[in-house]
Amino acid sequence: MTQPGDVGDPASTAIAPVAVDRFAGGNSTLLGRIGPLAFCVFWLLLLSIPFVTRNDYIVSLGVSFLINLMLIASLNLLIGYCGQISLGHAGFFGLGAYTAGIVSAKFGINPWAGLPASCIAAALVAVLIGIPVLRLKGHYLAMATLGFNAILSVLFNQLVSLTGGPNGLLGVKPLGFGTYLLDTQARIFPLLWLCAGLVMLGLNNLIKSRVGRALRALAGSELAAESLGVNAFRYKLIVFALTGSIAGLAGCLYIESNLYASPDSFDFSVSILLLAMVALGGWGRYFGAVLGALIYTAAPEILRTLQDAQLLIFGAGMILVLQFFPRGLAGIGDAAVRLWRPSRS
Amino acid sequence: MTAGAGAEALQLIFAGLGNGAIYALVAIGFNVVFKSTGALNFTQGEWVMLGGMIAAAAISGYGLVWAGCLIAVVIVAAIGLVSERLVIAPLKRPTPMLITLLSIGLAIFTKSAVMLTLGKNPAGYPGFSGDLIFNVFGARVPAQTVWIIAIALVFMLAAHAFYEWTLLGKSLRAVAADREAASLVGINVRQSVMWSFVIGALAGGIAGTIITPLTFTSYDQGALIGFKGFSAAMLGGIGSLSGAMLGGIVLGLLESLAAGYVSSHFKDAVAFIVLLLILFVMPSGLLGRPSVERA
Repeated sequence: MTQPGDVGDPASTAIAPVAVDRFAGGNSTLLGRIGPLAFCVFWLLLLSIPFVTRNDYIVSLGVSFLINLMLIASLNLLIGYCGQISLGHAGFFGLGAYTAGIVSAKFGINPWAGLPASCIAAALVAVLIGIPVLRLKGHYLAMATLGFNAILSVLFNQLVSLTGGPNGLLGVKPLGFGTYLLDTQARIFPLLWLCAGLVMLGLNNLIKSRVGRALRALAGSELAAESLGVNAFRYKLIVFALTGSIAGLAGCLYIESNLYASPDSFDFSVSILLLAMVALGGWGRYFGAVLGALIYTAAPEILRTLQDAQLLIFGAGMILVLQFFPRGLAGIGDAAVRLWRPSRS
Repeated sequence: MTAGAGAEALQLIFAGLGNGAIYALVAIGFNVVFKSTGALNFTQGEWVMLGGMIAAAAISGYGLVWAGCLIAVVIVAAIGLVSERLVIAPLKRPTPMLITLLSIGLAIFTKSAVMLTLGKNPAGYPGFSGDLIFNVFGARVPAQTVWIIAIALVFMLAAHAFYEWTLLGKSLRAVAADREAASLVGINVRQSVMWSFVIGALAGGIAGTIITPLTFTSYDQGALIGFKGFSAAMLGGIGSLSGAMLGGIVLGLLESLAAGYVSSHFKDAVAFIVLLLILFVMPSGLLGRPSVERA
């Protein structure tokens, strides 16, 4: 009865979704078949953005897309593949941003140091918080990570001497090579493109590796995975630290491309939206993250003309998509395949 | 400051009890939906905001505080019903995760619908006894705080009676205990989800209408109070009425005392630090039964 791709069984009380596709870019789905090639073409075209257009607005959209992609793809690894619901991702994003920002703006250290510093800071905090938190499951884990994010938000707002408080952190120095400063979004774009590309490549390899199989096993059933010799807690902690440090990296690149950050960008409501984007794109789907990042970047722009009504339409759209495609937009590919090959018992 | 240290402490305790009663109401609403669906209902806080906003609009239109609040509570409960019928009921496979995600969409939708129809300005109205303030051993206690505690208590007792003594209440408990077994004995599980949304919205609506005279409310206030309610529910142990009550009160008191004696800047962090500590030390909450939630 239950097909391998089922999101979950209706009677199940587990909150965590189960990873759906067996291989990133595997051949089990329509997207999986044309996906990898289309994605490479898309990725190369993406790099041309700052070179073919002088339009700052389009470049800034590209920058947000790449940052959102890193955030959503890493969260997708944690939620979609590993089955751990985290509502603290924006916290790690902020941790990375403020670490990089404070390193260059307050301590006057070379901004390049912010890149490793933000990754390491986010990973360290992820390990520290992960050791107690990852022993919790389902909604308890979701609430604990949400609480962690809320505490970070309070700190970002209140530690005014370090973070600049609600007014935001100013005076962040741009990255640069000698006298060539990456001080505009068009100039920093290639660096972002490279980082996001490496993240996507790394995630793809990880998912296909032994580790990826272990993660999917423990997302399906932690008990079964442990009985097969997977050290569930260790894997969860490693993935939590890894996804945290990717979010930290995204935070560093965020503050370096805007040369400014304020606490609103790292609020727990951002974490909730990121979770929603993972689901809208398709959790446990490699390309789901790309779709999620596209929506997250484009929706506010497309709906901008509606002004105050944009959130209304966004909320309604989210409800409709999830009602009809509970597996996210990446699930539309499956639905299309099933339409012309309906015979399956 | 003319009041002595004792009066100051008493005043903080009353404020904490008032807020705690609100958190307890929100926690109950959250619990009810959680028990019937297994989902975290992100709309819960929006229902609180909705109660305050609708009551404010009704009162500014007709003037009667009591009537306005009553109308608001009924409307919020109806919105809970309609939300469930339109969003949750049509699902073919209502998994906890899917319902959680849909409730995020519903929360965004509700919040922006309020912003569009009732405006962005903070709204408020006088308390049920006007601006009457009691003097208790030198502590200044607004009459509304007493109303809040009393109404929350009555709601708890009514909820307890409902779950213990009515057929519908018993069937809801049966579904919460075991969905499959409940459906085997002929209980309509899908319908119980609908009722849980109505009860959740009712609790939220009541909380919103009674707190607004003290704190004011605006369209973006829902999320934070919702999370405080979640924390209270976790603190007390998910799924128990008395746990929600205790969790709410403990949280309210801690917050108020921390704001008074430590630092009001970090008041919001206190709730969440306590939540994390409780989750680490006793994951099933203060009153919850030990479970297998922790590996």
